[in-house]
Amino acid sequence: MPAGEELARRLAAEVPDPELPFLTLGDLGILRRVEVNLEGGVRVVLTPTYSGCPALHHMADEVRRTLLAAGFPAVQVDTELSPAWSTDRLGPHAREKLEAMDIAPPPPVDKAPVALTLKCPHCGSLRTGELSHFGATACKSLWRCQACGEPFEHFKALR
Amino acid sequence: MTAGVAGLSVVDLREVALGLGDDCLVLSHRLAEWTTHAPELEEEMALANLALDLLGQARSLLTLAGEADGRDEDQLAYWRDDRDFRNLLLLEQPNGDFAVTMTRQVLFSTFQELLYRGMAAGTEPRLAAIAAKGVMEARYHVEHARLWVQRLGRGTEESHRRMGQALDLLWPYTQELFKPTESWSRAADQGAVPPLSSIEEPWRHSIESLMVDSGLEIPGFPAWQSGGRLGRHSEHLGHLLAEMQHLHRSHPNASW
Repeated sequence: MPAGEELARRLAAEVPDPELPFLTLGDLGILRRVEVNLEGGVRVVLTPTYSGCPALHHMADEVRRTLLAAGFPAVQVDTELSPAWSTDRLGPHAREKLEAMDIAPPPPVDKAPVALTLKCPHCGSLRTGELSHFGATACKSLWRCQACGEPFEHFKALR
Repeated sequence: MTAGVAGLSVVDLREVALGLGDDCLVLSHRLAEWTTHAPELEEEMALANLALDLLGQARSLLTLAGEADGRDEDQLAYWRDDRDFRNLLLLEQPNGDFAVTMTRQVLFSTFQELLYRGMAAGTEPRLAAIAAKGVMEARYHVEHARLWVQRLGRGTEESHRRMGQALDLLWPYTQELFKPTESWSRAADQGAVPPLSSIEEPWRHSIESLMVDSGLEIPGFPAWQSGGRLGRHSEHLGHLLAEMQHLHRSHPNASW
């Protein structure tokens, strides 16, 4: 492995998502590969969560900026669609971090892709219902708890 | 003619990607027209989300379509006139009321999901990659539109009446969905895309069962409109493009 590849991978993986800044590109499984060539130039491959994710350009810029600031002489960021991203690619800590921010995480990999009910992240009740499949960002839907009356967001399953 | 991957000619790949890309671009623009006009806030976000998914798919497809002759996605989106667009006529029809918009959505998204599912398993890797991503999104679009069709079909007398009108209005345009161009037929022979005849039956079954559930009737008259895939459009597309392309043409290469 060329020198610096481990560092480049770690720095790229730690770049925060602009819409869910408590999650990193590594947590989200958006970072696919990091390669460093003999001259020290870095190639980073990202994959979008949704075809039209407007944050992808911003993420690519952030990765470029971060790696250049760390002293890598050249950075190229490419995107790759295949294999398609799904919520099964979320890293081990992503679900906990979502829950900590009161966003109901998608069901685990071995569960059915569409939750019949979600636990309210505010009061823990299971008496919740979906208000809209589509929330403030492409990856979220909007729910409401019938027990405490509060709305909450759900990082919806995509498979 | 140069052979592309999987024996698909560059020209046929371009035509196929252009047709599908224009479908996404034109419907995306129509859905975006609802922004600030939707019946409720949640629905406004939903329609904008659908539009965004379609815009993303359009970008990938138009980028692929433009590769053959060195044109990028923006050149294809902003610098072609209506006769050069290859989208289905169904998608350029005006939004009408909410019943028309949702009927159009269910007719198209059901078709698109089936088409993408076939293409994702196809022999052209770039088309397959775009489809594999898009099919996950299309599934949500179908689900959303079906719920609205049921709700409106079985809602009030007025919503039921409007759904019936919407279906009568748009039904003629459904024939074109299953009418392959020569490029499509050749691409299907190569296994890059599904033959349209193979998705017509599942589409019909899905739409018919939805209409039964929704208390609506499929019109008795035949679908007969077509021409969009060959560049023969209704007058509506010109107006849509005038709005979509105006800024870019007035200020080439503008960015913000």
